[in-house]
Amino acid sequence: MSHLLLLGPARDAAGVRHDEVEGDTVGAVVAAAIARYGPAFADVVAVSALWVNGARADASQAVGADDEVAVLPPISGG
Amino acid sequence: MRPPETLEWVAVSPLPLDPGALAAWATRPECGAVVTFCGNARATTAAGHEIIELDYDADVALAEARIGEVTAAARDRWPEVVAIAIHHRVGPVAVEEPAVVVVVASPHRHEAFEAARFCIDAVKSTVPLWKREVWRDGAAWSAQATPIRDVGEL
Repeated sequence: MSHLLLLGPARDAAGVRHDEVEGDTVGAVVAAAIARYGPAFADVVAVSALWVNGARADASQAVGADDEVAVLPPISGG
Repeated sequence: MRPPETLEWVAVSPLPLDPGALAAWATRPECGAVVTFCGNARATTAAGHEIIELDYDADVALAEARIGEVTAAARDRWPEVVAIAIHHRVGPVAVEEPAVVVVVASPHRHEAFEAARFCIDAVKSTVPLWKREVWRDGAAWSAQATPIRDVGEL
């Protein structure tokens, strides 16, 4: 179980900003989130970066209850 | 918002931005150059939509931490730089209002201009922020989005 943080278009597609999701790796957490939120969210994830605790992560990285997995779609600040 | 005692002032907040106050904060006796860049909400999009307002989303802690990496990278490249302020709005921003302000103060103009240019470009390519355009006839996330890069890649 990890904290999930969804921002910008990822939040829109999921309908939530924060959630708690099962999974012991980044990939497992994201797969569980896709199962929960559906294909529109999967489309956003496909073009997004994944961060754990504020740093870029890959799908195989292990995560636990204190970790925050963030889904970051392409950015548009400024 | 209280100015910091340090030579960095980073903020991501829903409060209106005050470029003059940031420039005044950055002004130091040793600095002959203070460059201010304002990125303002524009009234039209490339696709021709009329914009009512922009609405920015971010996680404040993640965005401020990443902006801190940007200012550190600017100092590495231009060690002469004295003070840097980077503020970005979240939430609604009306047309003509600044969504982002970058201020760089340094002894001479060259490094102030260069560092300010680096900072705004880095904000746009490395800081997790999302712009939703609210049009007169609809709304959409900005079509100008780019995959987020790490500051170390710049």
